[in-house]
Amino acid sequence: MVLKAELKSTNRILAHCCRQLHSTFRVLFSLTWLGLSANMPTVGVKRDFLFKALGRTYTDEEFDELCFEFGLELDEITSEKEIISREQGDSKASGASDVILYKIDVPANRYDLLCLEGLVRGLQVFKNKLEPPRYRRVSPDSGGPQRLIITKETAAVRPHAVAAVLRNITFTQERYDSFIELQEKLHQNICRKRSLVAIGTHDLDTISGPFTYTAKAPGDICFRPLNQTKEYTATQLMSLYRTDSHLRHYLPIIEDKPVYPLIQDSNGTVLSMPPIINGDHSRIRLQTKNIFIECTATDLTKAKIVLDIIVTTFSVYCAQPFTVEQAEVVYPDGKTCIYPELAYRKEKLSAEFINKKVGISESTERIAQLLTRMCLLSQPTGVRDEIEVEIPPTRPDVIHACDIMEDAAIAYGFNNITRTTPPTYTVANQFPLNKLTELLRQDMAAAGFTEALNFALCSQEDIADKLGKKISQTRAIHISNPKTAEFQ
Amino acid sequence: MHNRLGGFSMADTGVVETLLQRIEKVDGGVDSPGVAASLGVDHQVIVGAVKSLQALGDVISAELRSSKHWELTEEGTEIAEQGSHEARVFNSILLEGLPQAELMKLSFGKIGFSKAMSNKWIRVDKSYEGGPRIFRTVESIEDQVREKLLLVKQGNAAQLDEKEKNELKKRKLLAEVTVKSYWITKGGSFSTTITKQEAELTPEMIATGSWKEKKFKPYNFEAMGVAPNCGHLHPLMKVRTQFRQIFLEMGFSEMPTNNFIESSFWNFDSLYQPQQHPARDQHDTFFLSDPALAHEFPLEYLERVKKVHSEGGYGSQGYKYDWKMEEAQKNILRTHTTAVSARMLYKLAQQEKFTPVKYFSIDRVFRNETLDATHLAEFHQIEGVVADKDLTLGHLMGVLHQFFTKLGITKLRFKPAYNPYTEPSMEVFSYHEGLKKWVEVGNSGVFRPEMLLPMGLPEDVSVIAWGLSLERPTMIKYGINNIRELVGHKVNLQMVYDSPICRLDS
Repeated sequence: MVLKAELKSTNRILAHCCRQLHSTFRVLFSLTWLGLSANMPTVGVKRDFLFKALGRTYTDEEFDELCFEFGLELDEITSEKEIISREQGDSKASGASDVILYKIDVPANRYDLLCLEGLVRGLQVFKNKLEPPRYRRVSPDSGGPQRLIITKETAAVRPHAVAAVLRNITFTQERYDSFIELQEKLHQNICRKRSLVAIGTHDLDTISGPFTYTAKAPGDICFRPLNQTKEYTATQLMSLYRTDSHLRHYLPIIEDKPVYPLIQDSNGTVLSMPPIINGDHSRIRLQTKNIFIECTATDLTKAKIVLDIIVTTFSVYCAQPFTVEQAEVVYPDGKTCIYPELAYRKEKLSAEFINKKVGISESTERIAQLLTRMCLLSQPTGVRDEIEVEIPPTRPDVIHACDIMEDAAIAYGFNNITRTTPPTYTVANQFPLNKLTELLRQDMAAAGFTEALNFALCSQEDIADKLGKKISQTRAIHISNPKTAEFQ
Repeated sequence: MHNRLGGFSMADTGVVETLLQRIEKVDGGVDSPGVAASLGVDHQVIVGAVKSLQALGDVISAELRSSKHWELTEEGTEIAEQGSHEARVFNSILLEGLPQAELMKLSFGKIGFSKAMSNKWIRVDKSYEGGPRIFRTVESIEDQVREKLLLVKQGNAAQLDEKEKNELKKRKLLAEVTVKSYWITKGGSFSTTITKQEAELTPEMIATGSWKEKKFKPYNFEAMGVAPNCGHLHPLMKVRTQFRQIFLEMGFSEMPTNNFIESSFWNFDSLYQPQQHPARDQHDTFFLSDPALAHEFPLEYLERVKKVHSEGGYGSQGYKYDWKMEEAQKNILRTHTTAVSARMLYKLAQQEKFTPVKYFSIDRVFRNETLDATHLAEFHQIEGVVADKDLTLGHLMGVLHQFFTKLGITKLRFKPAYNPYTEPSMEVFSYHEGLKKWVEVGNSGVFRPEMLLPMGLPEDVSVIAWGLSLERPTMIKYGINNIRELVGHKVNLQMVYDSPICRLDS
């Protein structure tokens, strides 16, 4: 028994080391071209919960393979205990959870995959285990929709807002954690660290609408923020959170503005002071049944996307799954909008287009099936090889037919595509400057010189002061944001 | 006088001759220290003679022996002459005693004091007025240490037992010395006359025919010759040359990448990378303070780019945000050579008639990152681009396969990925035999229509592209773990001198 456990952990360590090594290689390769992979968000999920939701178990290799096909990366297999042990030492780790965690890297434009629920949805549909869900916006059973009234003061600091309600939701501890995590991931990612959009979620049963979104001078704002026992003014909160490792990064977004954003209910209870902190009064608990979600923003398009992502993902836990109760937002000029948009967009393209671009030849029906597996519900229209594709609100990353084409290719399997050589005939030319350089290099080395490879970036001292010259006389360019004094 | 022994110095000649004569007289052999002693020369001289004789062939046979014997160290010799520290301490204390402070000033004071105290030869009166004072406890002493050392000096070390010797060794007064000596006997071709082997064949020898009688020293083919003065090429540049070769062999033309500075417009906007994108952050990109802004742009094209970002068009929904001119004007140190690819594609689009092209570039790019063992602020990017009608994802895989085969990598797998300006995008993985794992070796994709169509390229033209870094394959090939040991001014030039030729495909 002991031996088996040891062997298992050795394997895991070895695999971990391989992964570490692999990720070091990977980071440098991918960082260098198209520089985005470094921003790949990582979602941590409990392995056993994931498998339960997926309806089957996988070995690590099998799951790794599934991720590879789908475009995810199983970055790390670890546990809370291991993480603490690695960061703070073994002694701090005792008593921490041993539960296996999968750390999965998600492409930066797939906001719908940023939590366990999203991953499960994506993977289940991909494996044909689930139909792509159909999301509906519904009116409330009784009374009118919740209303969020925006006043004109917000225009100076954060003009836009959207809102929605999740009705009769049931949380467990895991679902709750996931809910909070998703908001955090969205904040870091599409919300650009809350500067573009800030999300606030509230227990609807503790507050009463209509809600007002306004902006007030810091001294006029006073409430009890989340996890605090007494009330603070906004000015006090700024100093309070200056030392908070998490919140201090967001203070500069509104700090110097004459007014700070504020959301209150009809009784004056403060729901939140975006983008900093929510009020404690309306905090969500495990027992919360009805949630009021508001997103304030400087970019309306992104706010709508964010709202759609949250409500679609967690509406699965509502008593009426995949339904979201609408809310009405009233602008200072009186205009009203109903949210969430939950827009389904239709786009028509031909099977030939897909076949030609990918380099495969599949029938129209088959392509429609492939796309449906990627949550893009598709049907042949019957007109020649035309397919009508429905793009759901969970896929804001699909903005052009080429995005659809990529999804078809993923569902087909990149590695199933036949490799072909382009028939492009070209005669190559060297860049004259480089051609000469190459010739010179050879002969200079032959003459006895050693080639050195220096940095282009240097300090001001190196090229001016130390040589007794004025920096303005050199033809150097200057960098405005160097990280070190070595590179200016 | 004709010197039969040619090459030897006059001083040695006698020694070698004498040695040979000694060996001749004796039936068995002679012992080198013995010879040294009887000739009154240093042992090393005899050793030298032995070695020269050995070089001549089989004249003598010398067996290496080693023996240990005890010798006095420098300190030991000093004590043998002047007495041990503790004895000297004792002797410097007169009847009325000596102040401790004064004693400590003497060179032997400290060590001698503690030893003398432990031998109980002296005592200290701490309460004496004027400071602690030392007095004798016994009348006279026997300096045993000195006596023992004298025994050794006289060559009678055997009279001391092991324990005593080790004790003195601990005090660093005695040292065990290994002496290497030779037991010399007659060799197969022993004679008291020596003929030296010639090292050079001179024209005179050939002319006179005297070479027929001479014995020649065999050439030593194992000897390292004098290294010639030579120049060296930097390993990273060698790898760069190889990659250039590969591209040229595949028919790719080189792009003009001789501009480190690029405007945000060409580096990001024309590539359909939105202005709020994290990569355009202060944290990732070097912005210039001087010159800060670029002003020359093809204005019609710029308008089209603005439109496709903010409103969409060309079949796209667009990003739907406010596109700002000021943001596009900002000058930066380019973050990828794809900016140059964009310029080239734009130029291609301005042609009357479209012609297919294959471009490549290998040049420096800049990222404003925290530096560590695998990250630098500047590094080299390799990029390949193919533009033609109706290119497919299958074609991209085919080109990649051909490219990587030239690097000796044949097993490839592709994984869906995301880049802001390509769709579809693929990460390229190859199987690493050593790690038994699939490792990423590059990134690739098909450029988005939102990038190509505003340029004016025909709709049926597809552009496929891929890239990787130059540093990573170099570090793997040359076995370097820290990038700072490869690039920059703090590099050890010995690495450059020693780096072997670059053969990428083996």
